[in-house]
Amino acid sequence: MMHPLIKAVEQADRNENPPEFRIGDTVSVHVRIIEGNKQRIQPYTGVVIGRRGKGMGETFTVRRIVNNEGVERIFPLHSPKIAKVELVRAGHVRRAKLYYLRDRVGKARRVKDRKRITKGEAVAAE
Amino acid sequence: MTRVYTKEGVAVPVTVIQAGPCPVMQVKKVGETPDGYNAVQLGFEDNKPHRSSLALIGHAAKAGTSPKRFLREIRLEDAPTAALGDVWTVEVFEQAGTRYVDVIGTTKGLGYAGVMRRYGFGGQPASHGTERKHRSPGGIGANAPRGLGRAVKKGKRMSGHKGHDRRTVKNQQLVRVDKENHLLMVRGVVPGPNGGLVIVRQAKTKA
Repeated sequence: MMHPLIKAVEQADRNENPPEFRIGDTVSVHVRIIEGNKQRIQPYTGVVIGRRGKGMGETFTVRRIVNNEGVERIFPLHSPKIAKVELVRAGHVRRAKLYYLRDRVGKARRVKDRKRITKGEAVAAE
Repeated sequence: MTRVYTKEGVAVPVTVIQAGPCPVMQVKKVGETPDGYNAVQLGFEDNKPHRSSLALIGHAAKAGTSPKRFLREIRLEDAPTAALGDVWTVEVFEQAGTRYVDVIGTTKGLGYAGVMRRYGFGGQPASHGTERKHRSPGGIGANAPRGLGRAVKKGKRMSGHKGHDRRTVKNQQLVRVDKENHLLMVRGVVPGPNGGLVIVRQAKTKA
């Protein structure tokens, strides 16, 4: 159970519309990068292979292949560094954690498409 | 605990502390009151009158407030300027420009523990002839005949009750002050269980 005080503090600080996506979706995470006093946005695209934690500490892991090498980045869901999370492709999976993708190579790495897409996700994909 | 983000997007782990409002329940001044030292007594959290003794209700009435669950005395160097019934809030930290605080609390009680858990002793070897003594402290002192001092020195660390000790965590960064809800957000951990009583003061050794 979360302490009511902590809950109140987190309410004030949290990302008001947390990005909507599911495990197995391919997403493009727009990361704010600050260089000196300039700010630019860099997208990072990959498959969401897991989500953990709750409240302000909730994070998600995105896996992609760069130069034939698997790369996983863990993003805090409520970080102000994340400008937005764009849904690229909805995936259908039967696991909460897709760690099995780490052992897959080539075509086996693909995730099946999900047919049904909810309203919130459709908005996020725009 | 939770986390907050700075403007730059860096996550900071914080403990949220309900700090006040604390009415001044009693003022002690050298020369003016018979106590012989300077201090203020602060109250925190209302208690139901039927759970308080008449003495406590009367004590609170002097300060013009309801009986409190916690009363703590804060010793001061100089004569306190606060008057009976003044209410101290998190604003005292703001007015002082506090950036670091010390937090005093009572650690979680962890029950009876051996020396390995309580003090991090190494224990004894698992094999090479060790029998039934794997977690024992080992030697605790030489033999001493009567009249020639004591064999086991006072304060020798042995097994016993771990935790439930008063501890001060020093120089914790004060990350945020929420005046509306009387909250302090202090970076890092604080002694005691969730919901435990702590005393927060301006850091003594760090500005």
